[in-house]
Amino acid sequence: MTELTNPILLMVILINYFTLGSARLGACIRVVALQGALLALLPLATHGLTGHSLMLAGGTLALKGILIPWLLLRAIREVRIRREIEPLVGYVPTLILGALTTAGSFIFADFLPLFGHHSGGLHVPTALATMLAGFLLLITRRKAITQVLGYLMLENGIFIFGVLLSEAMPLMVEAGVLLDLLVAIFVMGIVLNRINREFSTINTERLSALKE
Amino acid sequence: MLELLITYPVAIAALSLIVPRYQVRSWLLPLGAAPHLGLSILLVCDYFPSYGNWIGLDALSKLVLVTTSILFLGCAIYAVGYLDIRRDRGNKVMVPCLLIFLSAMTLAIVARHLGLMWFAVEATTIASAPLIYFNFNRLSIEATWKYLLICSVGIALAMLGIMFIAYSTLGIAAPVSLHLDALLRSAPKMSQPWLHAGFIFLLVGFGTKMGLAPLHTWKPDAYGEAPGLVGALLAGGLTSVAFLAILRGLQIMTAAGDGAMARQALLGMGLLSLLIAAIFMVRQPDIKRLLAYSSVEHMGLLAIGVSMGGIATFGAMLHLINNAFTKGGLFLTAGNIQRSFGSKSLSEVRGAIVALPISGTLFLMGFLAITGSPPFGPFISEFTILRGIFTSDNIVIGTLVLLFLAVVFIGMGATVLSATQGEPGDKPAQFFDRPLLYISPLCFMVMVLIIGIYIPESLQAALQRAAALLEVQP
Repeated sequence: MTELTNPILLMVILINYFTLGSARLGACIRVVALQGALLALLPLATHGLTGHSLMLAGGTLALKGILIPWLLLRAIREVRIRREIEPLVGYVPTLILGALTTAGSFIFADFLPLFGHHSGGLHVPTALATMLAGFLLLITRRKAITQVLGYLMLENGIFIFGVLLSEAMPLMVEAGVLLDLLVAIFVMGIVLNRINREFSTINTERLSALKE
Repeated sequence: MLELLITYPVAIAALSLIVPRYQVRSWLLPLGAAPHLGLSILLVCDYFPSYGNWIGLDALSKLVLVTTSILFLGCAIYAVGYLDIRRDRGNKVMVPCLLIFLSAMTLAIVARHLGLMWFAVEATTIASAPLIYFNFNRLSIEATWKYLLICSVGIALAMLGIMFIAYSTLGIAAPVSLHLDALLRSAPKMSQPWLHAGFIFLLVGFGTKMGLAPLHTWKPDAYGEAPGLVGALLAGGLTSVAFLAILRGLQIMTAAGDGAMARQALLGMGLLSLLIAAIFMVRQPDIKRLLAYSSVEHMGLLAIGVSMGGIATFGAMLHLINNAFTKGGLFLTAGNIQRSFGSKSLSEVRGAIVALPISGTLFLMGFLAITGSPPFGPFISEFTILRGIFTSDNIVIGTLVLLFLAVVFIGMGATVLSATQGEPGDKPAQFFDRPLLYISPLCFMVMVLIIGIYIPESLQAALQRAAALLEVQP
């Protein structure tokens, strides 16, 4: 199993770095879509070609690979923004932080013993690293849309771990991860729309009236 | 019957969508809340069987269910009066969202399956976002965005925590299950590293929802910008629900024999919450943000209470009830004061007792109650928690808690006194006390006063049963 899954997971980690280091929003959304598509392969590579894993793969591809990126791309086209301007923390420092958190994830994952045929897989460290990269994106960028992208990556990380459980707990993982994502992005989309209408921008730096 | 308790508010919410008259729609709120409370009381008194595999009531959830239901009824009655004076904003969104929020909270309380509980807590986030955005201005959109983003991240982390706990049972021969009873049974055999990591993620995730520092940053904004009644429901109801979710994790950890580690984590976050609250409450010029930080403080006290065990856990259970009602009263009266002065900042708010004799007095009483002055209920519960800390030989922690409580008292007192005392400015008042808007906070304060003077035998027994669930089972 590991010879198939580990290359996929390594590519997922590389994509994390791309989003952390790139200023072009369109490109960021596209690579996160690619990440979603790679994740769709993961259940197949981990559990083989069963009806259940095919279903999970199909749902993931439709949602993470196509629907949500399409919505985000449409959103940036409507408000005509292409680049992230002046992130709160620069690109190089975020990349270094990203590398550090990835290393930390690998160390932390060593303490968590994997069961049975999962052992040897990179699921846990990749899941943690992807979550942390998403988290970094959330806290270092100003644009609301990049923050949504960070949330999306955080959910991707949780999905990677969920794949390990998808055989033991069928439906629970799918229902949880996919529903959560769809609903949250939907509601955030509505709020994003309101922010745009109210402030004529989707920079969250304008959202700074509320502070001590 | 439990199913009815969850579906009934949703049915009323659906009804509210087709009712054409404004006033009738507002009155649907008490119509949804009153039977909910009646049925909850019947269920808690065991008139109907209420124990299932997916949803069911135990001593802990009974406590939270009745508290939340009473709080919601009070807020529903207040809402009728509030929506009457806010005809400019309409009630087509507010009424169904409040009812769905009630249903989601009920489901989260009675769920005995971690996945179901997680789903319900997520639903509360979604249902409450439009409520925070009620005022439709720039500040409320900022608050809603922060609330949604931070709570969504929190809820995602809680999901990871639940998955970790599920993974920790993979080594056991039995099929993986997230039913609480099954987890408690298999807890001693779980894989420890996974369980520990799972609990930490669960604590961080639901702690975000509960507003424990350092994950409280959405709280002052959301409570500050939302209407008073929404603040009351979030600070009194939703936080209790999130706390219950954390207690479920603590139950599993205790059953696995790792309660000590879980309690230490709770203690750390509790102390940090007290510290942060104390820092930000001193010289806080905004009365609603002040209440939000006070909420952070009391969440910290709850966490410290259960982390100490023994009599402090009993105190924390009592404090959960006291906090819900006192915060309810405070937020509702703060809403009235804000309406009267057209502001919630100290630069405009002055002499609230003269301008609004009833709301102003209740607000002042609420301040005395929440800071733990006798003869109100929080005095008893905070005193019990402190006694628990000192009798278990944690002198340093006890002293720190006392110090933070003193700072909070001074900080909160300075703001509340200058808001309520003195003469109001010469600006004409825009609003006067009216019965629908002060009856609920009045009832809340009376209840808090009664708890402070005399705790009925049955409540005492219920609190003891709830606290016993969190202790180490022989």
